[in-house]
Amino acid sequence: MARVPVQFTLNGEERAEFIESGTTLLHALRDTMGDTSPKGGCQQGTCGACSVIVDGELRLSCLTLAQTCEGAAIETTAGLAAGGVLHPLQRAIMDGFAAQCGFCTPGMIMAAKALLDHTPNPTREDVIEAISGNVCRCTGYEPIIAAVLAAARSNSQNAG
Amino acid sequence: MSLSLQTFSTVKDASAALRSGGARYLGGGTLVVRAVNEGDISVTGYVRATDPALSSIDHADGRVRIGASVTMATIARRRDLGDVVRAAKAVGGPAIRNMATVGGNLHAPAPYGDFAVALLALDVTVHFTDRDMPMADFIAGNGTPSGHDIVTAVSFAVPPAGSFRFLKVSRVKPKGVSVLSIATLIDTDGAGAVQTARIALGCMAERPMRAAAAERALVGSRLTREGIAAAVAAIGEGTDPITDPIASAWYRAEVLPVHFRRLLLG
Repeated sequence: MARVPVQFTLNGEERAEFIESGTTLLHALRDTMGDTSPKGGCQQGTCGACSVIVDGELRLSCLTLAQTCEGAAIETTAGLAAGGVLHPLQRAIMDGFAAQCGFCTPGMIMAAKALLDHTPNPTREDVIEAISGNVCRCTGYEPIIAAVLAAARSNSQNAG
Repeated sequence: MSLSLQTFSTVKDASAALRSGGARYLGGGTLVVRAVNEGDISVTGYVRATDPALSSIDHADGRVRIGASVTMATIARRRDLGDVVRAAKAVGGPAIRNMATVGGNLHAPAPYGDFAVALLALDVTVHFTDRDMPMADFIAGNGTPSGHDIVTAVSFAVPPAGSFRFLKVSRVKPKGVSVLSIATLIDTDGAGAVQTARIALGCMAERPMRAAAAERALVGSRLTREGIAAAVAAIGEGTDPITDPIASAWYRAEVLPVHFRRLLLG
């Protein structure tokens, strides 16, 4: 078995590990690096549960080879809470009961973060488009959409 | 199981590495890594090329050349490409669009490959390192995914405003897998009569196809309900729709004329 080195920044921390060649980013994160926040759902690119942000862009970690992320900056939901304080998106999801079984939540949050990073004051349509690649079978999406909009409002209040 | 990833700076070297068989060319990963995840044991490794030309868009004198590694998200941001961006925006959700490439879309089997339907209507030229070919020849089977030839770019004349239309029909809103997709490139004269028409359909066969009978029926007509009636009646001619979990062949054949009419009159 061919093991290869990979090195990238995970939630601001330099990480270097040896992984099996051809390992997806999802499995490298979960099995080698101890970050189980991205979930393996369909592994086909349909459900979005594995969504992470790579160099500022939303990506599906199940279809991304870890080796192609050499030197990249990777963000996952596990890195969002700073000093024990939840990220506004996490807080809004909790407050708005926008997680039920919770399996889609980390991917939803990263899809929403990718939106808010570029569009701090999104419209409802922007939010629907941003999470259109993320499947939720519990909530019916409405609480999630409301939570993302609430997080955007709280962000702009903090900034103001 | 370990799958090697070989990275080359030139397409030529990557192509040579594919000749040994087993390895597949890795673009955005949305087709090939998915196949591996689904248990396709014919894939024994990945090969990729990092030549910057693969990721560039060159637009000059009304023609655009889009590198094979350019993503749908990058195309969707290009205002200079007019309505062509609608086809790129129709692909997947945001994460998929950040990954899926033009080159991959050319090889995507139905129900995927919506952007390739647009490329067929746009009459693109498909570029390889050593030759070019019309999209129709490419679809006819030259340069299949099992070959070792790597698509380097596509090029086409940017359509005049209002001449290109694109529609993707899906059941899940706002984004779902295609029931079908339609792309049209229609040139009208000053009086509104159709001079030339290219119509491409997705999911109405295994590969994107032209609707030749409807194209013929449209020439000389006006884009009114009466004017397009013959083309609408002929739009299904020669189609052999796929049946999959999204829709049956029967359903696709039933709704095609409806959506075609809406696209032309909308």
